[in-house]
Amino acid sequence: MKPISRRSFLERSGTGMAAAAAIPALEVPTFQSQPQPAEERGREVHLKVNGKDHRVKVEDHWTLVEVLRDHLGLTGTRVGCDRGECGACTVLLDGKSLYACSYLAVWADGKEISTVEGLAEGDQLDPLQEAFIEHDGPQCGFCTSGQLMSAKALLNQNPNPTEEEARQALAGNICRCSNFNRYLEAVLATSGKGSSRG
Amino acid sequence: MKSFTNVNPENRQEVVSLLKKVIEEGKTASLAGGGSDLLGMIKDDLVAPDVVVNLKDLEGLQKIEPHSQGVRIGGLVTLQELSQHPLILSQYTVLAEAAGTVATPQIRNVGTVAGNICQRPWCWYFRQGFPCFKHGGDRCYSVVGQNQLHAIFGGGPSFIVHPSDTAPALMALEARFRIAGPDGERVVPASEFFVLPREEVSRENILGPDEVLVEIELPPARQNVKSTYVKIMDREAWTHAVLSVAAVLEIDQGVCRKARIVLGAVAPIPWHLPHVERMLVGQRITADLAGDAGRAAVSRAQPLAKNGYKIPLTEALVRRTLISLAG
Ligand SMILES: Cc1cc2nc3c(=O)[nH]c(=O)nc-3n(C[C@H](O)[C@H](O)[C@H](O)COP(=O)(O)OP(=O)(O)OC[C@H]3O[C@@H](n4cnc5c(N)ncnc54)[C@H](O)[C@@H]3O)c2cc1C
Ligand code: FES
Ligand code: FES
Repeated sequence: MKPISRRSFLERSGTGMAAAAAIPALEVPTFQSQPQPAEERGREVHLKVNGKDHRVKVEDHWTLVEVLRDHLGLTGTRVGCDRGECGACTVLLDGKSLYACSYLAVWADGKEISTVEGLAEGDQLDPLQEAFIEHDGPQCGFCTSGQLMSAKALLNQNPNPTEEEARQALAGNICRCSNFNRYLEAVLATSGKGSSRG
Repeated sequence: MKSFTNVNPENRQEVVSLLKKVIEEGKTASLAGGGSDLLGMIKDDLVAPDVVVNLKDLEGLQKIEPHSQGVRIGGLVTLQELSQHPLILSQYTVLAEAAGTVATPQIRNVGTVAGNICQRPWCWYFRQGFPCFKHGGDRCYSVVGQNQLHAIFGGGPSFIVHPSDTAPALMALEARFRIAGPDGERVVPASEFFVLPREEVSRENILGPDEVLVEIELPPARQNVKSTYVKIMDREAWTHAVLSVAAVLEIDQGVCRKARIVLGAVAPIPWHLPHVERMLVGQRITADLAGDAGRAAVSRAQPLAKNGYKIPLTEALVRRTLISLAG
């Protein structure tokens, strides 16, 4: 008999990552019979995203990733599991990485947020982005923005990580294409530690 | 996610009066530290609070403060801070190591120590919303179901295991928990904070719905103490323990003067092993004695159909941990 893990149990019984990721696409949109005008709901929060100030009206139960994607149009940050289990939604809040799917937008009021859109300056890619391309990090690319933000958080605090430190820093980002080693190589190459595959 | 109102109290008195008010109005409230557990529970309709009480702005509870009677750790200190704090790393190593093994950097950056201690069970039936004891139902589905990760000690009528990594470490360090409630504050030893399902099946600790865990107090660091947290997982990162051990030994001139050993993920509460500690005190910890201690650690285990593997695993983990700490 195949051993059961927490993950395979959840998959079989119908939640888990794969199923959870598929649900939003199938969901039929529901409309309130009398939609309230947006201005009457929620409260205004001040988010400084990639250096730019935004004042957004949010409802208390909206997650940070919902606001970034659906209200500020910053769709580089992805939603995979929506449960803190995959890392696709990783952004930096006051310099520290977190899962934007598992954090309320109201809790981010007054904070500085960095998303993948803030990495490049115009056409000038961030060295991490260059290295990700160089080392063929992205395959399907779904996890890439999360991987970049975890790597960014690491290098901001520790510009010369050991391989073990880099592994630990990326441990919260799953790549379904399983390209973990290439991402790791790219991060180490950026920090000047790894061998560039030129 | 179901909607709710978020409130941001600024001090502990405000939290307590908020909770009281919400309850009096016949509504429900949930406390949020980092929210890494709570928001998932709300999304999965396992709890449906009317009010979420965000503790992140509470005055003075974000600090680790040494003082003459030990160290005070605010309940809102994050696992990341705990795992990297120089004093915790050097004097209370078991706690820094335990905090450092939790989940991933992203969760440790937001997850608080109080939230880690008070997280709800991760039993797969509970998390899927089966109407089990923990949801007010009348059975534990693991008894005749998939019980690979369930309790080998202290089970019944529910067989959940306590999921926290920091809780066994804090119990091994003889920490005390400061709780704020409507009648003021009380301080209880970690060993009296957690409750077995046979005493109280619907919750894992003594906190009432109008109480909040505000601080953790560690006793003064002692000389000649070595401690460690060893966690076994079914993969290398990002998951709760299949089994863990928190061990604190005071060894003077080769002789063990004091020992505290607490197992994680084997029982509905962190599982303290006083009978094993008594075998060690006054002795030199040799490989033979560590072997005896490992066997004694599991002598009272009562496995379910599919978790018997935890017995030899526990035995070996206790033996090896003692040898490596004493060596
Ligand atoms: C993918 C994943 C992996 C995880 N892996 C681990 C792991 O390896 N080890 C581990 O120990 N945990 C793990 N967790 C569980 C959890 O997220 C962490 O333990 C985290 O520390 C919880 O802290 P928090 O502050 O985010 O808790 P919250 O979500 O804010 O709170 C958790 C619970 O405690 C209550 N609570 C919070 N603060 C207080 C307080 N001050 N007083 C009273 N009650 C309070 C809340 O109401 C809630 O019920 C994991 C979670 C996820 C999603
Ligand atoms: S979307 Fe998977 S961790 Fe947030
Ligand atoms: S590149 Fe496809 S998930 Fe990582």
